[in-house]
Amino acid sequence: MKTKESPKNDFTIDTEMVKHVAYLVRLGISEKEAQAFSPQLTEIINYFHLLNEVDTEAVKPASQISAIRSVMRTDQVRPSMPRPDFLMNVPHTEGNNVQVPLVFDEE
Amino acid sequence: MDLYSLTLREAGELLAKKQVSSLELTSATLEHIHRTDASIRAFVTVSDETALAQARQADERRRRGEMVTPLTGIPFAVKDCISTKGVRTTCSSRILENYLPPYNATVIARLAEAGAVLIGKHNMDEFGMGSSCENSAFFNTHNPWDLERVPGGSSGGSAAAVAARMGTFALGEDTGGSIRMPAGFCNVTGLKTTYGRVSRYGLIALVSSFDSIGPMAQDAYDCASVLQVIAGKDPHDATSLSAPVPDYLKDITQPVKGFRVGIPKEYFQAGMEAGVESSIREAIRKLGELGMEIQEVSLPHTKYGLPVYYLILFAEASANLARFDGTRFGLSVSEGAENVIDLYLQTRREGFGAEVRRRIMLGAYVLSAGYYDAYYLKAQKVRTLLRQDFENAFEKVDVLVAPTCPTTAFKLGEKTADPLAMYLSDIYVVATNPAGVPALSVPCGFSNGMPVGMQLIGKHLSEDLLLRLGHAYQSVTDWHKMRPGMIQ
Repeated sequence: MKTKESPKNDFTIDTEMVKHVAYLVRLGISEKEAQAFSPQLTEIINYFHLLNEVDTEAVKPASQISAIRSVMRTDQVRPSMPRPDFLMNVPHTEGNNVQVPLVFDEE
Repeated sequence: MDLYSLTLREAGELLAKKQVSSLELTSATLEHIHRTDASIRAFVTVSDETALAQARQADERRRRGEMVTPLTGIPFAVKDCISTKGVRTTCSSRILENYLPPYNATVIARLAEAGAVLIGKHNMDEFGMGSSCENSAFFNTHNPWDLERVPGGSSGGSAAAVAARMGTFALGEDTGGSIRMPAGFCNVTGLKTTYGRVSRYGLIALVSSFDSIGPMAQDAYDCASVLQVIAGKDPHDATSLSAPVPDYLKDITQPVKGFRVGIPKEYFQAGMEAGVESSIREAIRKLGELGMEIQEVSLPHTKYGLPVYYLILFAEASANLARFDGTRFGLSVSEGAENVIDLYLQTRREGFGAEVRRRIMLGAYVLSAGYYDAYYLKAQKVRTLLRQDFENAFEKVDVLVAPTCPTTAFKLGEKTADPLAMYLSDIYVVATNPAGVPALSVPCGFSNGMPVGMQLIGKHLSEDLLLRLGHAYQSVTDWHKMRPGMIQ
């Protein structure tokens, strides 16, 4: 398998990209924060281009490192966490339910 | 001698002879914490009441002779990413500031079963993201050897606490040096266990394929006693290993003559503090005196360890931290939220510090379509090469010896403005985690008055050998016994 050509060392994560990624991972950030993050993220990503020196043409990726391959166990019925224990940390509840703001638009 | 400064072994002997009670030992430790921690700030939570209750129970167990273990009645504390039922568990983050876990992590359950006494929770870099403890959302922890310096991170609170004898032992968590690096900075012995040797159930995850819980204590012998209790298969953690748990104390005092020590030449490059290098060289000479055979080896991909480590960390952490969304637990900033997306954006903005947000964004970036192959997949491939480096080295030698850090503890504030410079302080400790191998950091000297750590890196499941070699070294040196001036 041939990997795509890697980005060059002179590329930049600009503030628009920072804001876009922040929204994707649901982090609210201000314009000022986006401006501060932009050069920091750029410097860190550029540092990663060090890996381009390594020839990995014939190398398989490691997804994990233990000797365990597939773990199966007997399906057993066990008591779950008691509802009050679970609800103890829920910020907003209504009766025994977890309450959240609108998920879908009403249209 | 003050009770709080005893080693686990010494305290255990006094408890067994009934010359001291757990209540006396625990009370002395709590009093010492309340006197000392105002200047160090190692603890996020000190749980006096539950600790004293557990100490009384431990004394009762001893009185009746029921289920007595070497840890019964011994006071300890853990890094605040390990879930403790009913005791606040924060990860030093605003987003979990008031979180009370409804269950115990397996390691906590096992220590409780052994009769150990939980006295509190240690400060850390938020979610384990940092190398100095300065990314705690609450406060900085200070190095007991010099209060103007950092204790290292991310298990900085745990290392500072053990160094200042605030608790007989600690559990830290090591994702890429987070046990060993602060252990080195604070003159403590710390063990990063083989991936899967210790259950991660109840550990708040940072990088699920790297995270390893391990003991931190005054010496290797005490680390062995703690590991004995926490190691082993756990049905709650599918990645925990079913390999039998050896008796870690059985051979710990045996001679070490003839073991082969490899010195990875790539770990001795420019940039190392002179006093660190001379301490390590002297320690290696000491290992030779013990009859160990020293030879140079090569880990050719060492310089790629740091980018591999951070790339995979960002990717896995961004996924793991998606669960903090303000709906089921933790902080929830719902005022004015018109929909659930607003709730997520507001909560995660208020709840996460700058470093956590940087890493979540970088994780999403390196996993995104178009960049996945160039970054994440590339890192996983080089990870294979890093692992092969270790496998090749362990065909020639039994253990690798290297400095834990290129420098001693740096000043508070020195690296906070430059995230990449902070990352580079992890250069010697990160490669072990992508490979999953265990490593022990032991005190081996001082440079400009600050402690130096030496790490012994072994093959998978070689904790017994690492602890034995560490113990042999500590039997002929006194570095690990040295205490910071403020508690002498």
